[in-house]
Amino acid sequence: MTNQQSLNSVDMLLNMGPQHPSTHGVFRMVLQIDGERVIDVDPYIGYLHRGSEKLSEGEQYAQIVTLFDRLDYLANFNNELVFCMAVEKLMEVEIPERAEYIRVILCELNRIASHFLFYGTMGMDAGASTPILYGFRDREKIQSVFESVSGARMMHNYFRIGGVKEDLPTDFFEKIYWLIDEIKKGVDQADSLLSFNEIFLNRTRNIGLINAEDAIDYGLTGPNLRASGVSYDLRKNDPYSIYERFDFDIPVGDRGDVWDRYFVRVQEIRESVKIIEQALKQIPDGEITANVRRIARPPEGDIFAHAENPRGDFGVYLVSDGSDKPYRLKIRPPSFCNLMALRHMMRNAYVSDAVMILGSIDIVLGEVDR
Amino acid sequence: MSIIDLFLLQIKIITLFGGLTIVVLSLVWLERRVLGKIQRRIGPNRVGPQGLLQSLADGIKLLVKEDIIPESADKWIYWLAPIIVFVPPFVIWITIPIASDNSVLAVNNMHLGLLFVIALTVVSITGLVMAGWGSANKYAILGGLRSTAQLISYEIPIIMVAISVLIICQTTDLKEIVDKQNIIPYAIYLPLGLLLFFIAGIAEVGRIPFDIYHAESEIVGGPFVEYSGAHWSVFYLAEYIQTFTIAVLITLLFLGGWHIPFISLQENIILGFFITIIKSYGVVLIIFWFRGTFPRMRIDQLMSFAWKVLIPLSFANVIFSSIVIFYDIPLLVLSIINILVTVLIGYVLYNKFTTPAIIDAEEMLRKARNYKLPEGI
Repeated sequence: MTNQQSLNSVDMLLNMGPQHPSTHGVFRMVLQIDGERVIDVDPYIGYLHRGSEKLSEGEQYAQIVTLFDRLDYLANFNNELVFCMAVEKLMEVEIPERAEYIRVILCELNRIASHFLFYGTMGMDAGASTPILYGFRDREKIQSVFESVSGARMMHNYFRIGGVKEDLPTDFFEKIYWLIDEIKKGVDQADSLLSFNEIFLNRTRNIGLINAEDAIDYGLTGPNLRASGVSYDLRKNDPYSIYERFDFDIPVGDRGDVWDRYFVRVQEIRESVKIIEQALKQIPDGEITANVRRIARPPEGDIFAHAENPRGDFGVYLVSDGSDKPYRLKIRPPSFCNLMALRHMMRNAYVSDAVMILGSIDIVLGEVDR
Repeated sequence: MSIIDLFLLQIKIITLFGGLTIVVLSLVWLERRVLGKIQRRIGPNRVGPQGLLQSLADGIKLLVKEDIIPESADKWIYWLAPIIVFVPPFVIWITIPIASDNSVLAVNNMHLGLLFVIALTVVSITGLVMAGWGSANKYAILGGLRSTAQLISYEIPIIMVAISVLIICQTTDLKEIVDKQNIIPYAIYLPLGLLLFFIAGIAEVGRIPFDIYHAESEIVGGPFVEYSGAHWSVFYLAEYIQTFTIAVLITLLFLGGWHIPFISLQENIILGFFITIIKSYGVVLIIFWFRGTFPRMRIDQLMSFAWKVLIPLSFANVIFSSIVIFYDIPLLVLSIINILVTVLIGYVLYNKFTTPAIIDAEEMLRKARNYKLPEGI
């Protein structure tokens, strides 16, 4: 009597998302699990697709900036910067010094805000309920400065082709020095609350490993790549705007696990503060916009511009036919490319790790699905 | 038993039930306020003075909510599970003395009280597994299986520590155990036991850092994921009563119950009652503090922590206690052994877990400065 078939066990399929608290938006993955072990993972994206690229073809260049705000909605200024840089490169516009400095200060602040949110959600994924409130507290302060500068807390629409919308408010400098102190305190608090917590270290060390070669092969960029030990940062390796004037370091991890990806970001907050401090010392007076026609008509041709976003290498490929609207706009979102390594990172993970690994990639679905 | 006795018994049981419900409501309020303080926010502050009635309002809301039973659920098991989780924590309380005169404050003081308490705490596990299975939800099943593994593993250290307490005081009557601590609480003799009991107790009630079986961010509430309304509130109630039970047990077994440590006082029921309650709430506050600061462990780490650390230590604790009692060595020696072992284990664990993991930030930055990109980028 051979009844072997009844002894065979079948792996369970566990559907995680799109309404799961830890998928950071409307991301869905189907985990194939054997007990608590993850055998395979199938990511599904597209729940937040809004057709931003196609929409851009119907808008004038100045109007597209608002669409870019909504891509990576945690790093609005950085997105706006990339688009403006692309158009400016195509039109060969020279940006006033002061505008460049304003852009850099705001972009770095936005990087800090994004990383603070990451710190909070990482704690949340690990089961700690306090970091998210501390992270949001510090992000809130940054956003209130953004509000005083641009009038909006998230969707700023502040960068213009050829400069920025308005000059900084008069009390900006008081506020920002206060803000820098608060940020420094916040990072130290983050380190003492979560970074070196033993349970957190146990949960994150040697989880979701990806080595340097694999990371490069998968096209990882940003903190995810640097956590694997590759010191590749566009602000150093392909300097744009005025980044070559500042002295700052690129934190790298040593083994490319979840903790490295976490700690690289925490370190980047400190480096961004350094950049802001230097920029505040150097910022000159003067014009804030170059002399550009309001309805921009770049010459015929194509251009690629990219910059280091909080999540990685954000690129824009723009084809112009000489009219006031782009012929084609292609976005290279860092989150999308980083997400491709998810399956690789999840080898031999537990269900609990799956949540941590996804959190450590730090995706923003607005940018993955566009 | 005369009719008056029966009547008195009923009054006692109703008072107990009402008292426990009030304790739960106060605990929910306290937890939310304490967490609010830790997280730099206010917490509930609108309903009633200082938001005290918030948990009552929440309770009423839950009771009148629609109770949804999923289509594919195993209806009987689904319906029965909350009751099995809910009843034992209440039944435990008929024997827990809260002040010196147990004819007033415990329904029935048993000679085997401690064993009764420990035996009944295990029953709730069945309910959790049933809830996980009956919900017909994969997250719930994962949660149910996790709860079995976790709660059974952590029951062992609790029992072993309780046995070492029994060895020292030579009785299982909870009231007598407390009265033997009228000057020196057992926390002095058994600091290791207290630590083990506290850790295993937190794991037993499934609170952070051991809230693995209802991990919100992973399995979305585990066995409770499909429950709503009154059924869900019953789970909630049971969880808080279990937390309070563990706190009271720690107070009775280690902190001297209604006695003030090192001071011998005339016994007074009212004063004793308040001393016990204050001590228990102090323990509960520490549990809440943990919730505000710690992340969650992973299931395999949790199990290896139970089987490789807690259980051997709790067995060692029993052996130390029995040797000390058998050869009539002064109890102070036991406390010295306990403290030494605690410090030693703590040091070893600290080194094992922290040293290889922490990387100096400066080291990382130094590497960053010296780094060369690989070819071909």
